[in-house]
Amino acid sequence: MINTKYFLKGFFCVKAANSPAIALFASFIAVGALFKSIGLNVQESVFSTFLTYALPGSLIMAESLIVGASLLNIFLAVWLVNARLYPMTVSLFPLLAHKSQPRLKYYLACHFIAVSAWLIMKENYKSVERKYRLDYWIGVGTANLSVAVSATAIGFFIADHLNNDMMIGLAIVNPVYFICVMVGAMKTIQMSLAVILGSVFGISFYFISPEWCILFGGFTAGTLAFFIGELNGN
Amino acid sequence: MAINILLAILATSLATYVSRFLGVITSKKIKENSKIFKWFNCLAYSTLSALLARLIIFPAGALAEVDYLIRFIVVFICLVLFFVSKKNFVYPTVLSALLLAFLSSSF
Repeated sequence: MINTKYFLKGFFCVKAANSPAIALFASFIAVGALFKSIGLNVQESVFSTFLTYALPGSLIMAESLIVGASLLNIFLAVWLVNARLYPMTVSLFPLLAHKSQPRLKYYLACHFIAVSAWLIMKENYKSVERKYRLDYWIGVGTANLSVAVSATAIGFFIADHLNNDMMIGLAIVNPVYFICVMVGAMKTIQMSLAVILGSVFGISFYFISPEWCILFGGFTAGTLAFFIGELNGN
Repeated sequence: MAINILLAILATSLATYVSRFLGVITSKKIKENSKIFKWFNCLAYSTLSALLARLIIFPAGALAEVDYLIRFIVVFICLVLFFVSKKNFVYPTVLSALLLAFLSSSF
């Protein structure tokens, strides 16, 4: 089913020096504490991180619960903010494709798509034999999901000891880590434009529609970056 | 609480899984050295970048309590440290939390 050697190799990537583990841990501590403050119990908090495993979506859910939004509203708001997972999946899974792997495994393994595991895989896929890339990916994903789930539980239990300044400090860790990663990924004209235009358009479109700015801004910026990059030979 | 928490959790995870699931279906037909793959790669990075910019400039939750100038200064200092430390990810990450907690409690 899953090749253990490659699974473990992927799993232990989480220990690497450039690993997102610290950022992931800090941000899900904050999520655990937030869940407790809005009245979830520990089982619900852990269950939520395990099933969703995408931070912005969890934050939207928490906000919606506070204001008492309807289920349909929650669904749409979460879908909009997490739709970025779609291009992320499409730009990763062709790299993992191999005919020896059963189809069902891909549908289960896509649950691990979140920015942290995705970035590790984008960095490392070339070093893994194609046949076992999916097993390696499942290892990476399992490790990251475990960090997120345990941090949620820890955050829940230490919530009473976190003051407001600490919560604010925890909230910045994740964006700063990923901004550094994004800046580090700017190696070609295409990539640099995608990152820079993405932030510019993301912000500009916010003034038109706060809900749609990530999708519209990202789509416009990515498409522009692609064409300019192609015209300039990447 | 107006609605059942369990249902909210299920709605959230379903809404998240939909994008991943559709991604797998789409990627079946896409070859890794095709133009369309490169385009999707650009889209992935630019949407992530749009999300990050939004989180810093128009945050929700705890970050919204801090003045935008402070958030901006923290991100800027961390990026400088990132380059000075030869692209080390740990130093800027740890510094960002300490710096923001310190600045938000002092101002």
